[in-house]
Amino acid sequence: MTLIDLANPTRFMTLSARILPWLAALTAIVLVIGVYQSATAPDDYQQGATVKIMFIHVPNAWLSMFVWGVMSVAALGTLVWRHPLADVAAKAAAPIGACFTFLALVTGSLWGRPMWGTYWEWDARLTSVLILFLMYLGLIALWRAVEDPSRAARAAAVLTLVGAINLPIIKFSVDWWNTLHQPASVLRAGGPALDRAFLIPLLVMAIAFSLLFLTLHLAAMRNEILRRRVRSLQLLQASRAEA
Amino acid sequence: MIALAALIGRDIRIAVRVGGGALIGVLFFLCVVVLMPFAVGPDLKLLARLGPAILWLGALLASLLTLDRLFMADNDDGSLDLIVMGQTPLELACAAKAVAHWLVAGVPLVIATPVLGLLLNLDALPTAVVALSLLAGTPALTFTGMIGAALAVTLHRGGLLMAVLVLPLSIPVLIFGVAASEAAITGLSFAAPFSILCALSLASLVIGPFAAAASLRHGLD
Repeated sequence: MTLIDLANPTRFMTLSARILPWLAALTAIVLVIGVYQSATAPDDYQQGATVKIMFIHVPNAWLSMFVWGVMSVAALGTLVWRHPLADVAAKAAAPIGACFTFLALVTGSLWGRPMWGTYWEWDARLTSVLILFLMYLGLIALWRAVEDPSRAARAAAVLTLVGAINLPIIKFSVDWWNTLHQPASVLRAGGPALDRAFLIPLLVMAIAFSLLFLTLHLAAMRNEILRRRVRSLQLLQASRAEA
Repeated sequence: MIALAALIGRDIRIAVRVGGGALIGVLFFLCVVVLMPFAVGPDLKLLARLGPAILWLGALLASLLTLDRLFMADNDDGSLDLIVMGQTPLELACAAKAVAHWLVAGVPLVIATPVLGLLLNLDALPTAVVALSLLAGTPALTFTGMIGAALAVTLHRGGLLMAVLVLPLSIPVLIFGVAASEAAITGLSFAAPFSILCALSLASLVIGPFAAAASLRHGLD
């Protein structure tokens, strides 16, 4: 079973139909565990209960970048390997990524109000994530502006790869500039700076959100394939009616 | 090399002749800058404070609006197909077209800056700093904008879609451009943002032609 076997949409549909219920169930289980652990995690000695926003905010922020990474790989699949499902994967991921980015911005802003005293601050991390959000919206607009899916796919792939430059800027913005946003505290040299009581729920939530993305992405890809089939059937019907 | 020089010369000649619209960008720049005092009020102190930001915003919008000329006319008369199929590497041809576009659409903006600085009550030093930062930053605007122009021409959609795609990419240029030009007013360091601005221009010089060539090669049929 290689990636090229999935090039056949019918085979992808049967396989994904078999995987999807199990994946959804697994997502639900991990999500329940993660939410329970987050709810029972101790309050922070400085931040109090607001520290729990972290369990939503951080996974969303990670996923917002991860989804763009997935789309970049799919863009390579479109431009280099001409994989037929690559543009379906890229198109299906864009709205999901936009949602994750939006949630990261909203939860961050709700967390910032009690901690920093402001909903929004024009520092490098926040600004670069906002640019990421705008680029997601531009990408969705591009997908919606062009009727022919394969034409839109190639244009979107170029834009996705250009936009990927933003990812390292977001990641390292907290190191390169003096930001109000705190620097990395989980993935850093010398181990996580987080206490185990916070680290474990955070990691469980991160896994849960990643699984959620996988489930939603797979379902959205199936929808996109079905939508394309419906479209081509409708075109066929219209051309028959003309003849 | 000769082919690239010929391409640059041809694009410049087309732009400055009738129907080329080389100076329409400067005219738009002037209009935007003249509009600003009406919007914020004719307070000369405030205008001097906002001057660099207004000039940069005007230059950004002006260079955005002239972008669709970059490939659209060539696509209409078929010469873009010749360039894509020609022996000159498409990346170099794209770079040459962007250089020509910058010479006729970007440089006039820099030249017009001192005059517009007068309207905004900027002193000699801040005006010179703004002009210098525009000189260093407008290539980045042209070369990142070229990606949007290439996408727009392959999709037969221009206008707002291109603006939506290009504007997020030009935010870093705007940030460091304004930071460099306000150094003369606020007294903060000029060298750091100016070096980053130059770095952005150089990086877009590499990335822009490749992305535009990729989108032209895959997109045109």
